[in-house]
Amino acid sequence: MSRRTPDHRRAGAAVLAAGTALLLAGCTSTAQPPAAQGGGGPIAVNASDTACEVSATEAPAGNISFTVKNTGTKVTEFYLYGTGDRIMGEVENIGPGLSRDLLVEVPDGGSYTTACKPGMVGDGIRAPFTVTGTAQRSTDTNGKLADATAGYTRYVTSQTEALVAKNKEFTDAVKAGNVAQAKALYPVSRTYWERVEPVAESFGDLDPKMDGREDDEREPGVPFTGYHRLEKDLWVDGLQPDSGQIADQLDADVLDLQSRVKSVQLTPVQLANGAKELLDEVATGKITGEEDRYSHTDLWDFKANVEGSQAAIAALRPVIDEKDPNLGPTLDQRFADVEKLLEGYRTPDGGFVLYTQLTPEDTKKMADSVDALAEPVSQVAGVVTS
Amino acid sequence: MSASRSPSSTPESPPVEPPPTDPPTGGDGGGGLSRRRLFGYAGAGVALAGSGAAIGYAAGASGGGPDRPGVVPFRDTHQAGIVTPAQDRLHFVALDLTTTDKAEVQRLLQKWTTAAERMTAGQEVTENGAVGLNKYAPPTDTGEALGLPAASLTLTIGFGASFFEKLGLQDRMPAALAPLPSFTGDNLDPNRSGGDVCLQACADDPQVAVHAIRNLVRMGFGTASVKWSQLGFGRTSSTSTAQDTPRNLFGFKDGTNNLKAEEPADLDANVWVQPGDGPDWMTGGSYLVARRIRMHIEIWDRTSLDEQEQIVGRSKGEGNPLSGAKEFDVADLAAKGPDGQPAIATDAHIRLASAEAHNGAKMLRRGYNFVDGSDGSGHLDAGLFFLAFVRNPQTQFVPIQRALANKDKMMEYLEHNGSALFAVPPGVRDGEYWGQGLFA
Repeated sequence: MSRRTPDHRRAGAAVLAAGTALLLAGCTSTAQPPAAQGGGGPIAVNASDTACEVSATEAPAGNISFTVKNTGTKVTEFYLYGTGDRIMGEVENIGPGLSRDLLVEVPDGGSYTTACKPGMVGDGIRAPFTVTGTAQRSTDTNGKLADATAGYTRYVTSQTEALVAKNKEFTDAVKAGNVAQAKALYPVSRTYWERVEPVAESFGDLDPKMDGREDDEREPGVPFTGYHRLEKDLWVDGLQPDSGQIADQLDADVLDLQSRVKSVQLTPVQLANGAKELLDEVATGKITGEEDRYSHTDLWDFKANVEGSQAAIAALRPVIDEKDPNLGPTLDQRFADVEKLLEGYRTPDGGFVLYTQLTPEDTKKMADSVDALAEPVSQVAGVVTS
Repeated sequence: MSASRSPSSTPESPPVEPPPTDPPTGGDGGGGLSRRRLFGYAGAGVALAGSGAAIGYAAGASGGGPDRPGVVPFRDTHQAGIVTPAQDRLHFVALDLTTTDKAEVQRLLQKWTTAAERMTAGQEVTENGAVGLNKYAPPTDTGEALGLPAASLTLTIGFGASFFEKLGLQDRMPAALAPLPSFTGDNLDPNRSGGDVCLQACADDPQVAVHAIRNLVRMGFGTASVKWSQLGFGRTSSTSTAQDTPRNLFGFKDGTNNLKAEEPADLDANVWVQPGDGPDWMTGGSYLVARRIRMHIEIWDRTSLDEQEQIVGRSKGEGNPLSGAKEFDVADLAAKGPDGQPAIATDAHIRLASAEAHNGAKMLRRGYNFVDGSDGSGHLDAGLFFLAFVRNPQTQFVPIQRALANKDKMMEYLEHNGSALFAVPPGVRDGEYWGQGLFA
């Protein structure tokens, strides 16, 4: 949650609610795909802990269907990326032994990338994927903008779906009194929250309950709840008699969020501004160590904010490329620079070092890289509306 | 009254009406003055053009020439902001490059040059940049200088030794840029020292200086990031005979005997890099020494007037050397007082810093008073941000500072806690960008 005033939050929510009713042509879903696709049946993906075997490396443009089976021991994800890691489609949180279907609309032929992410971390196990020909689609800017918002809406939907599951694991550990496990799961659950934070935050009543800080001003009688309350219990005070109740409430709020997100209609400007706001969050909340002041797991949130920002920008990429061909490569480079910097702070177990382990030189480097990235990101809203 | 920044004015033509939308800052200087009324070039209060303009700077106590009052020409043989009559306010910033890509740095220097030229002319960073462009995009000009005049803004750039190292340009680095030695009593904070590039913004309005630095810094994100910065609220030197001598925070006039713009031979001998000094790209340039000098003013204030004057070597009121009666009387270092002792003490500041004591070496000082709040123990974090432009720091600044550090009684009240040295390239001619000769 950002440290904005309640008035700002309300204004943000109002803007979102009043968002232009762009008609979002449903392009992709993670639901059951319709029958056979152009290429003749779904492409099978065998996702193990060490490999990502895709049964075809080429498909004709149009709707492409994948069936992803997790044959490994870690929870995995599968992505189809376009240029600049634009997410064409993804399916998250596939448990060991489970199969999930993914339907992706790819209207343009060209070079794409498939990726499995065992353990749901890192760049994943990647392979090139070619799409041939061109499917009928809207080629004008409005069509591309509609695709962009639809694509990002898919992203938000999949992230909140994963959030529901991951948050449940976290709250279950809290309720079981398993402090060590709950501590390990806290930053994992927050990853999905932080990726879509501007959208989640737009629900002005949910955000203070879920992500408020202890020192926020509240109406009389309104308690300190949500992630940071549980964080404080786990790291500072020890579990309290009502910790389980707080955990249940967080679960309920996450489910509420998921149901509300389904009806959100986003505009391209909101997408672009959301990408910028996520970097603002990094600058004011994470690089300062403000957000996770008890657990000091701020770099997890940092990473998730950047990923969420990149997803929103990637969704807009075709429009950006059309209007300002120089901006996309700059964005790619700056996102890559931030990612490279952050990867230097990984711990052997795939997590991140604690904020308290960072030196002033470290945080200066982080601030520099986020400044460098946020400037071109801040140009995107203007570019896509030009 | 002077030229005002307008979204679309150019140096050659009168500005047009501002857009109908009022700037959100309401930056009209109060009193309901419209920006239009601020625009008039007539009524220019500066009647001090004269000889100064001939040697390439705008003369007058508030800067500006007769054509564009308040506008100091950006392009000239030397960079502005050196012999330009010292403006009242300073915002100084040192940046580190975040890239080693020479071409990227050149691109930034080009962008900076364009923006600097516009801002010194009282214009926005880009035409209509503050409020006149796409409202869904962040404004290209941050807007806080809307409605403000050019205010004699000068922007001056310099390159530190680390600039050459990062870009693999060691063969172009001037020998004069060798690191300064450490001086007795130095207590340098690395976070207030050094830097690959410096930008000095001087103006008669603090908001204009801050606006300039803020916008240049913003343009640098991804290529350069701020290492440290310093605000100065009042000049401590006069660099023109047309200016009164200001006072530093010790309460004394400072810069009485400074090099002045009206002394071109002295400037060539002491400020401007001459042909043959090397390297060629520096000819017409200078070297900038920056020192953040904290003054322990609470201690100073408990010192008797007599002792204060003995330490400085001048009277506090008139500013005369203790060997004379008037401020501009030449200090007679041999003069004796009634008691037979030297009238100007052997450890007085003006004796130790005098050209006579250093083979005629002089510096063009251009420092600023600062107060950066307080230090947490009840004392003001105040002092003098010392800036000096010299032809060769190794033969001018170093011996003088060494003498002061070792012998000056004033050192008891001072602490040097920041230090930097920059090579200041020559001025830019039409079509050139800052430092272009370095890359040729």
